[in-house]
Amino acid sequence: MSEATGTARVKRGMAEMLKGGTIMDVVNVEQAKIAEDAGACAVMALERVPADIRAQGGVARMSDPDMIEKIQAAVSIPVMAKVRIGHFVEAQIIESLNVDYIDESEVLTPADYTNHIDKWKFKVPFVCGATNLGEALRRINEGAAMIRSKGEAGTGDVSNAMMHMRTIGAEIRRLTSMREDELYVAAKELQAPYALVKEVAETGKLPVVLFTAGGIATPADAALMMQMGADGVFIGSGIFKSGNPAQRAAACVKATTFFNDAKVLAEVSRGLGEAMVGINVADIPVPHRLADRGW
Amino acid sequence: MKVGVLALQGDFREHLALATQCGHEGISVRTVDELNAVDALILPGGESTTIIKLAQSFGLLEPIRERIGSGLPVYGSCAGMILLADRIEDGIVGQQTFGGIDMTVRRNAFGRQVDSFESDITFNGTQLHAIFIRAPWVEEVGDGVVVLSKAAGHPVAVRQGNLLATSFHPELTDDHAVHSYFFDEICKGR
Repeated sequence: MSEATGTARVKRGMAEMLKGGTIMDVVNVEQAKIAEDAGACAVMALERVPADIRAQGGVARMSDPDMIEKIQAAVSIPVMAKVRIGHFVEAQIIESLNVDYIDESEVLTPADYTNHIDKWKFKVPFVCGATNLGEALRRINEGAAMIRSKGEAGTGDVSNAMMHMRTIGAEIRRLTSMREDELYVAAKELQAPYALVKEVAETGKLPVVLFTAGGIATPADAALMMQMGADGVFIGSGIFKSGNPAQRAAACVKATTFFNDAKVLAEVSRGLGEAMVGINVADIPVPHRLADRGW
Repeated sequence: MKVGVLALQGDFREHLALATQCGHEGISVRTVDELNAVDALILPGGESTTIIKLAQSFGLLEPIRERIGSGLPVYGSCAGMILLADRIEDGIVGQQTFGGIDMTVRRNAFGRQVDSFESDITFNGTQLHAIFIRAPWVEEVGDGVVVLSKAAGHPVAVRQGNLLATSFHPELTDDHAVHSYFFDEICKGR
């Protein structure tokens, strides 16, 4: 019996199991349990949610291994953790903790403004952000086993995530309508490897699962992203920066499943209390926008 | 045959595609009406705690138990195996299942994601390539349960009457052997 771990198939397969689910940012054991009880399909363990990173400023780094291990011990669902873009040693450390997925995330301060992590070198799978198809395929070429949109984190403003989902979808649809001999130039324009461009043109979808992330704060936001073709939803600050996290978390889980059923969406949207206050992306000076991190 | 796939969370699209490829009509099941329309049901891979909570919230837990009790053929992969177990280990406090197979299943028994693996195994006498993702295994089975595959010394595919469960994910491969067994050996016998 030949047994292989860390293969592309088991890394991408893990993301397949998260589909139709909601992954929530949590900063302590109590929040992790609330997320699990609400039906989250995984949690992202981090020290500060994006809204606080944005408010407090400074360099944002990977979380304390102690904090991640406490959350792993407290819940039975998959636990993810973030590392800085290009910081492969943070990734080595997080991998040694046996987390289930690493997010190479623009929410933390980048460690390398040229290169991302060579994700093929790891047994643990990675999820990476993308604003467009070329960026998604470059990350997949580096070994990412899951892609998410890169909506402006910590704002509660869904407009950027929307733009990324529309852009990725439109660029995929464009490839599927091209002649085969036009795909070489398409690859050049997308700044992505030809083999991946050809695969997307043939299948009409990314070769990995596509989630959405950034600015999702309500059940309606989650359903909007699902109707736009997302396979599932990350919610960062939206849950635990709101008035009633447990109820909002459960409502977002239900909305992600019943994204096409307006009656269910109306039902779960009732009496949720205050949503996170939010910041309009347009009010954030361009140098402070996180989605521009990543290359 | 109308093959329902419980579509609350997880990789239900892959099971729907396989049902179609095997010549059946695949139906997403999210409501009791949809459940009542199907001749067989598949419980997909995914997060078992999420799926059972959604089933409870949307009134599917008892109706699915009732249909299992009245002989509906059901196949569960990975999370689906957990959902078909009468008893589970390492679940969250108070975690429910649909039940039906007289067995104890241990959640995440093979370990965390870094321990997820692919391997050649024997299923009901034939070779197939199996993908295990944070997979459960079967700790013990009752008298009426037939073990169809083993890995690491533990049962990873079992059948009891019209119920079939695997720890692994045939829906992630091109091998139709497990689905064909379910459709041809279990569903046909009704």
